[in-house]
Amino acid sequence: MDTLQTLTVGFIAIVVVKNLVFTKFLGICPYLGVSGRIDMAFGMGLAVTFVITLSGTMTWLIDHLLLIGTPLEVTRYVCFILVVAGAVQLVEMYLRKFFPSLYESFGIFLPLITTNCAILGLCLFLNLWRVNSLLEAVVLSFGAGIGFTMAICVMAGIRENLKLADVPACLKGAPITLITAGILAMAFMGFSGMIR
Amino acid sequence: MAKTGKDKAGIYRQTLLDGLWRENPVFRLLLGMCPTLAVTAAVRPALTMGACVIFVLLCSNIVITLMRDLLKPHLRILMFTLTIATFVTIADLFLKAFQPEMSEKLGPYVPLIIVNCIIICRAEVCASKNAIAVSVIDALAMGVGFTVTLCVLAAVRELLGSGTILDARVMPRAFVPWAAMGMPVGAFLTLGLLLGMVNYLTGRKA
Repeated sequence: MDTLQTLTVGFIAIVVVKNLVFTKFLGICPYLGVSGRIDMAFGMGLAVTFVITLSGTMTWLIDHLLLIGTPLEVTRYVCFILVVAGAVQLVEMYLRKFFPSLYESFGIFLPLITTNCAILGLCLFLNLWRVNSLLEAVVLSFGAGIGFTMAICVMAGIRENLKLADVPACLKGAPITLITAGILAMAFMGFSGMIR
Repeated sequence: MAKTGKDKAGIYRQTLLDGLWRENPVFRLLLGMCPTLAVTAAVRPALTMGACVIFVLLCSNIVITLMRDLLKPHLRILMFTLTIATFVTIADLFLKAFQPEMSEKLGPYVPLIIVNCIIICRAEVCASKNAIAVSVIDALAMGVGFTVTLCVLAAVRELLGSGTILDARVMPRAFVPWAAMGMPVGAFLTLGLLLGMVNYLTGRKA
């Protein structure tokens, strides 16, 4: 029962309270780049969720089975980035084979998931927060992906409506998106009292 | 001979200017946003971050430009990433050894330089196509451009957020610090408004 509680609390915490996009600034590049249309944002979110769960689990295993306590610990970053790149390659091959239209519309952003800081960032945070059980690592990784999907979908919804608004010329595009993100971040701060 | 020399100087100058302003990584290309937002609550961490990025960018550009003829197209991104990861590990260990406090403060954002788009972008666009001199200048210009931008953003946030710059008091005692500036909200808003300002200024000139 206790484990279940820890897991639920951890999951909720990473989805809303410590949302990677709004509190840790991870994954801002795709967040600004792909949030123009809601269907693409959702697809991107799912791809990231998949990659993040896979690589979070893998890196936790590698970290705990091979690296911690050995001199090999210095190669941690190199190992992590290799795992992430491999996972992205896997998703890319899968999408190209089964969802060619989605694959086309992602374009350059698909390989760029490799350089999505949310993924490597989460792997590093799992190490930093000293997550000690595999189950917890899996749940946290999955939650981080869901949190990212939620953030990017909310933003895409707002941006679709923003097209109708009269934004000053110099703020069009990235600046207004950043300002919107700032206001969203403020809204998400409201969750911070929920979990200690 | 003299003419080619002049051409070369022209290319160097253009690369330098591109990095510093015309293709400024943050304001113009919108690359490397994550560290830009995350470490700019104060000037000191922003400077440290900038120095790390310059080091990694310079070293990886040099290595990649030297091995550009050996790269196979489908493996190049992987090679870039591995090179960058190696240098980031060096920078991280160096910080941990000599600046433990700063290393603690920057936390995972130092290893996250690996996935900083600026470095991969420069490797792809510049280092893998140009000779060593251009690559070095490009790395320096881009790195300095990035650092300056980071410091500007950090200065605004530190000034309004705590009334200090580089931990020295600047604002009068009566100034009430804007707590929000130190939080994520301040980062997003300041960068958004700065970008808007840059757009406004360059738009009016054109």
